[in-house]
Amino acid sequence: MAKAKLMDFDKALELFEPVLGFEVHVELNTRTKMFSTAPNYFGGEPNTNITPVDLGLPGSLPVVNGQAVRYSISLGLALGCSIAPSSRFARKNYFYPDLAKNYQISQYDEPIAFEGSVDVELADGRTFTVPIERAHMEEDAGKLTHVGGATGRIQGAEYSLVDYNRAGVPLVEIVTKPIFGAGADAPELAKAYVATIRDIVVALGISDARMERGNLRCDANVSLRPYGQEKLGTRTETKNVNSLRSVERAVRYEIQRQAQILADGGTIIQETRHWHEDTGATSAGRPKSDADDYRYFPEPDLLPVVPSAELIEELRAALPEPPAARRRRLKQEWGFTDLEFQDVQNAGLLVEVSETVAAGASPQAARKWWSGEISRLANARGAEAASLVSPSDVAALVSLIDSGALNDRLARQVLEGVIDGEGSPQKVVDARGLAVVSDDGALIAAIDEALAAQPDVLAKIKDGKVQAAGAVIGAVMKAMKGQADAARVRELVIERAAE
Amino acid sequence: MGHHEHELIRLSAAALAEKLGSGEVSSVEATKAHLDRIAAVDGEVHAFLHTAPEASLATAAAIDARRAAGEELHPLAGVPIAIKDVIVTNDMPTTSGSKILEGWVPPYDATVMVKLRAAGLIPIGKTNMDEFAMGSSTEHSAYGPTHNPWDLERIPGGSGGGSAAAVASFEAPLALGSDTGGSIRQPAHVTGTVGVKPTYGGVSRYGAIALASSLDQIGPVSRTVLDSAMLHDVIAGHDPFDSTSLTDAWPSMAEAVRRADVKGLKIGVIQQLDGEGFQTGVLERFREALDVLAAAGAEIVDVSLPSLEYAIAAYYLIMPAEASSNLAKFDSVRFGLRVNPPGGGTVEDVMSATREAGFGAEAKRRIILGTYALSAGYYDAYYGSAQKVRTLVQRDFAAAFEQADVLVSPTAPTTAFKLGQNTGDPMAMYLNDIATIPANLAGIPGISLPVGLAREDGLPVGIQFLAPAREDARLYNVGGALEALLEQAWGHTLISLAPDLAPGEMAAAQEGAV
Repeated sequence: MAKAKLMDFDKALELFEPVLGFEVHVELNTRTKMFSTAPNYFGGEPNTNITPVDLGLPGSLPVVNGQAVRYSISLGLALGCSIAPSSRFARKNYFYPDLAKNYQISQYDEPIAFEGSVDVELADGRTFTVPIERAHMEEDAGKLTHVGGATGRIQGAEYSLVDYNRAGVPLVEIVTKPIFGAGADAPELAKAYVATIRDIVVALGISDARMERGNLRCDANVSLRPYGQEKLGTRTETKNVNSLRSVERAVRYEIQRQAQILADGGTIIQETRHWHEDTGATSAGRPKSDADDYRYFPEPDLLPVVPSAELIEELRAALPEPPAARRRRLKQEWGFTDLEFQDVQNAGLLVEVSETVAAGASPQAARKWWSGEISRLANARGAEAASLVSPSDVAALVSLIDSGALNDRLARQVLEGVIDGEGSPQKVVDARGLAVVSDDGALIAAIDEALAAQPDVLAKIKDGKVQAAGAVIGAVMKAMKGQADAARVRELVIERAAE
Repeated sequence: MGHHEHELIRLSAAALAEKLGSGEVSSVEATKAHLDRIAAVDGEVHAFLHTAPEASLATAAAIDARRAAGEELHPLAGVPIAIKDVIVTNDMPTTSGSKILEGWVPPYDATVMVKLRAAGLIPIGKTNMDEFAMGSSTEHSAYGPTHNPWDLERIPGGSGGGSAAAVASFEAPLALGSDTGGSIRQPAHVTGTVGVKPTYGGVSRYGAIALASSLDQIGPVSRTVLDSAMLHDVIAGHDPFDSTSLTDAWPSMAEAVRRADVKGLKIGVIQQLDGEGFQTGVLERFREALDVLAAAGAEIVDVSLPSLEYAIAAYYLIMPAEASSNLAKFDSVRFGLRVNPPGGGTVEDVMSATREAGFGAEAKRRIILGTYALSAGYYDAYYGSAQKVRTLVQRDFAAAFEQADVLVSPTAPTTAFKLGQNTGDPMAMYLNDIATIPANLAGIPGISLPVGLAREDGLPVGIQFLAPAREDARLYNVGGALEALLEQAWGHTLISLAPDLAPGEMAAAQEGAV
């Protein structure tokens, strides 16, 4: 595919005001599916987690999952929404083979939650309020695998396989109102918004929220309009943005692409666009018009959802602390500088650091390990830092350092062992024999050997040039294969010189 | 067929159940008698799309064994029953009268089947119906029409003509039907049998292939009011697999029949369904029945349902709208017919070719109507307005039930018409349901039972009673009372006047006469 011409981002922002909108789908982690008793587990052998309902077999009927309703209400409340005293499911009719009934049970004109807002913090600490139009319940579709053809996409495929294990997985779709005024912050806001939604659903415990697994999916709407124009520009809807970074890049790309087209006198086609992580570009999907006719009508197989006021209040009372308030509290409790805190937050490591502190590590040590060595290893391995090691192992590692059993260098080796699945930090220390040598006798022997090799050092130290000790310390550490406490070695060298 | 069998098939379900209970007759004998009857007459009647002789005899033998072992069984245990093919059965093909499901054996049982089997009834086969229950004559069945046992040239009603004809021709004492706009009651009317549409939500719809979800209801089909009541008692009750099923505890319908007391009962005659457009012979029998009820102490009053004139129009928007969505799943991907277009094609091409070949003309007509009615820009004018009419009909009924305990009308405007008479005129076919549709729109229960033969054509006429939602028992009380009063006056049952279809028996009778 030919890569589109892109306008320089700053220039695009000079000419046009970007307007954003997001549809975020959250897969709920209920035990069973939205409308059936099948396990809510996507994976395993294809077409095994299914019932007649998930296959849309003739005669089958849906029944609403009560837990999914409670989760949806909690999410609606966390988004500052009003909860509808009565909401209804509707059928969205269209033919597609991943849709077992050829209609999706969703909510249309009567969503369970509506009119809310979410405070989103940008990296520099500014807060941006994103208006929420609605959050509604629906069912996921099955998964198509296109076989034959080069791209794995439907074009050119010989045939397609359908796995209905995912069909009927409960979803909440969160729809924003048009978001104005983000300006040059638009790409960052996009990322921060999705990160905030993720933080909220994780805090609520209602979704695994793993973007790479599709638990959290974002469709990003972007349109541009000349400054001062009231009418919104034509929008595109970019799909397949499967990471926070992709959300940011895709929005930036669309702003640049659309700006170039508009500046060249062209028009934007209202369509879905497909994000390609590898090329960092979007490509045209299917045309999407406001006149798409899904022939919505109230789902006659289901009764309206009428949560009691008591239930809503009970769920409201049980809401966890809002992520923004929680961040303010943690920053204060941990005593981090703005920069330190933003580092952790931007790396998406708040939960990890928080849990590491909870497991006994000092906030600074937890921060240092997560945003330092663990993040470096994650980058090198192309993985998420959180997936490499557990907060409790990091806390255990820190505790070994604090007790003097490990120095930083050894600790890094132990960390690698833990990540490679060799067991807990203590287990790795034992198995690899990585403990610091704390026997002064052995250290003094090594020091004497090093001093003998560098006879002028002792004199320099006696002259007050204490930094000269470094050469000896280095030699001792080398001789001890790093398994010594450098601070203790230094003390012993100074003592020697004082003799 | 032996003399013994000839008697067995003419017993009501209740009477047969008693003989089974006392050990006078075995379930195997009863089942075999009905299978023999099917073999003898169904070539002409064509009530069945599928019969299960081996499985039903095996089930019957198992029931006999349990009874012999002294087990306490349900009163209807061992009684054969025919199942409308709209209901999924895990041991028999289920087609809903359509080519698109030909040969499909569902992997699961409808909730009503689970209940029937638990009670020990013997499912003997699947009965014919208009494709996806769309019709009033069974002529829209993809497998050919069913014939009315009273006159084989005439329609047995629809869509449940197969179940009604099976019962009327003594092929089964009981059957299950489904009623979306009259598909249980209108066939009962034209075949001289009894059919009941329960309150919406009274019987689980899980496993009934949906025509119109907000209107469909499964119900009993039989030759006597008591038999329908006993079957109703088996299938009613809450089902966690059907969100629209009511959680009510239901009183015994069979007891309501045995009460059979109309003294002081206020019966409201629906003015809009008592005159114009109704066959003279139908009205004559209807009014006679009212006289009988009045003589027995019932109070006959007039009620008006002003919104009724819009009911058919509203019904023919709501039903096809829901049907167009319900029938979308028939796409060849997961079950049923698959037609590959010449030279192959995309999945869309295959879906399209399958639906083109698999659906009959009436199904296509209603899918197109319903798709149109739900389209953006037309929704409010069609589906939206129809739902408002539905609300008005419900209000009319609520007001009428302030004045009367039950309402009454003829079940349909005419007696059975000739096969082929209305197939070219969908509107004439649709008008057959004028008296039955309102109950489905309002979600209230209705019963049809025979009140005699029309003077001009000698064909059966039915009367319909309607009751408020959840008051199904009232229908059984008044129905049971009227049935007893009429049979007392006639000195026989109406069904005993039905022609005997078995050629062998006919020949024997004629020889005897010579």
